[in-house]
Amino acid sequence: MASQDIIARSATTTVPPSVRQQQEVAKLIDTTKCIGCKACQVACSEWNELRDEVGHNHGTYDNPQDLSAETWTLMRFTEHERDDGNLEWLIRKDGCMHCAEPGCLKACPSPGAIIKHANGIVDFNQDHCIGCGYCITGCPFNIPRISQKDHKAYKCTLCSDRVTVGLEPACVKTCPTGAIVFGSKEEMKVHADERIVDLKSRGYENAGLYDPDGVGGTHVMYVLHHADTPRIYAGLPDQPVISPLVGLWKGFSKPLALLAMGAAVLAGFFHYVRVGPQRVEEDEHPAPVDNTVHPVDPAVHVYDPNRPGGQGEQRP
Amino acid sequence: MNDNKPILRYNANERSNHWVVAILFVLAGLSGLALFHPALFWLSHLFGGGPWMRILHPFIGVAMFVFFLGLVLRFWRANFITANDRLWLRRIDRVMLNKEEGVPPIGKYNAGQKLLFWTLLACMLVLLVSGVVIWRAYFSHWFGIDVIRLSALLHALAAFVLILSIIVHIYAGIWIKGSIGAMLHGWVSRAWARKHHELWYRDVTGDKTPHNHGRKEG
Repeated sequence: MASQDIIARSATTTVPPSVRQQQEVAKLIDTTKCIGCKACQVACSEWNELRDEVGHNHGTYDNPQDLSAETWTLMRFTEHERDDGNLEWLIRKDGCMHCAEPGCLKACPSPGAIIKHANGIVDFNQDHCIGCGYCITGCPFNIPRISQKDHKAYKCTLCSDRVTVGLEPACVKTCPTGAIVFGSKEEMKVHADERIVDLKSRGYENAGLYDPDGVGGTHVMYVLHHADTPRIYAGLPDQPVISPLVGLWKGFSKPLALLAMGAAVLAGFFHYVRVGPQRVEEDEHPAPVDNTVHPVDPAVHVYDPNRPGGQGEQRP
Repeated sequence: MNDNKPILRYNANERSNHWVVAILFVLAGLSGLALFHPALFWLSHLFGGGPWMRILHPFIGVAMFVFFLGLVLRFWRANFITANDRLWLRRIDRVMLNKEEGVPPIGKYNAGQKLLFWTLLACMLVLLVSGVVIWRAYFSHWFGIDVIRLSALLHALAAFVLILSIIVHIYAGIWIKGSIGAMLHGWVSRAWARKHHELWYRDVTGDKTPHNHGRKEG
């Protein structure tokens, strides 16, 4: 992508290029249409040339068990028992949410390792990544993973390489049920509204769109049958926000701390200038051991308050 | 008693230990500051670039902690706060103005040095524990995300306090002439010891005569 598209850049305190006005894009994942076929996982691996190690079955449909540096999207299956005793199989395609206010970008200490494009895509630049894992600390969705091969952080790119040239992400292209759609964020919201109307008419009263305000909205959104309880979808956060601990760690406290350190150095300097050093006089001017007779120094005045006039001795 | 013979304040092992910690502090501090604020990220070049800095920083930190423990074992006994120290702290304004009347005689360390000692120890402990938690390559997978976030914050906070304390420590060395020599070559003059650490001076010389403190000003 062209560098003119970058509207936010990690560890950068100046204004990034923002001349281009681009339409924000979004991927809409309709959990109510998903059949859990994992074609999106395969398409993601294919397009991005990722081949995760073959793992083990842990007794669930989740395969692999978790996101990794080589698995950027993952179907998470939840067997949810409703209050009326019926079972619902909730399937959520997990991956980067491409937040408008990304916690990873806020936490990243390496300039330009995480960038946000004008179209809303949050991308990692592994060339600048130092592998510290602060992005994991900052992410409200537990998405980035550090590769054990190169110790760089990886996650879904929203196929930024495809989107740049006008293609939809690979997972969208492959989805057989149309559960994943891609377009401008506005269009996706309209599409979601239509879906929600349909779901409500079919008894899902709490159907809704997951586009959480706490992170400024996301560029990957979900249609949920139970939008009142996102957490039942394999722990999707109800109210995702950048943790206040991260906010404090990476927020205004940093420039203040730098200022305080600089002020401490300056305070020391000016203490030296104004008060001066503590010297041991005996070391600086050791008393000379000599027996010579000294004439009276004419510059020395002796003050004797008992003498009239109080002026002491006159100069010789 | 020969009044010109200097006094050994720190032996060679103590001096070496101190400077090993000092060098490791500078390395850990510079690499830590590079991670602390974008304006200082250029410091990472001193360590061979960002990834190498990320690799080295925790090892440097652990080494600093280990050698700092050596200093603690050597000096902790001399750092208990006494009644004189509390009085010294109340008279800190006079101390800061190089005035000596009313400032009580002190032992090997004054109250400022003792507070520094305990502050450094506390910071080092917090840095070690929180640093292990946020050491992504080896340890972070054992801890929950909230513990990691808290540790990242505490690590930065403890490092900030540590750096401020060391700025004060370095300035005190520049301000009090003769103290850098005490840590570089080990020796101080008798006059220096009498002026700055009279109780310690009496202790090491066996000189029981109290010297008059208020005898001069400025």
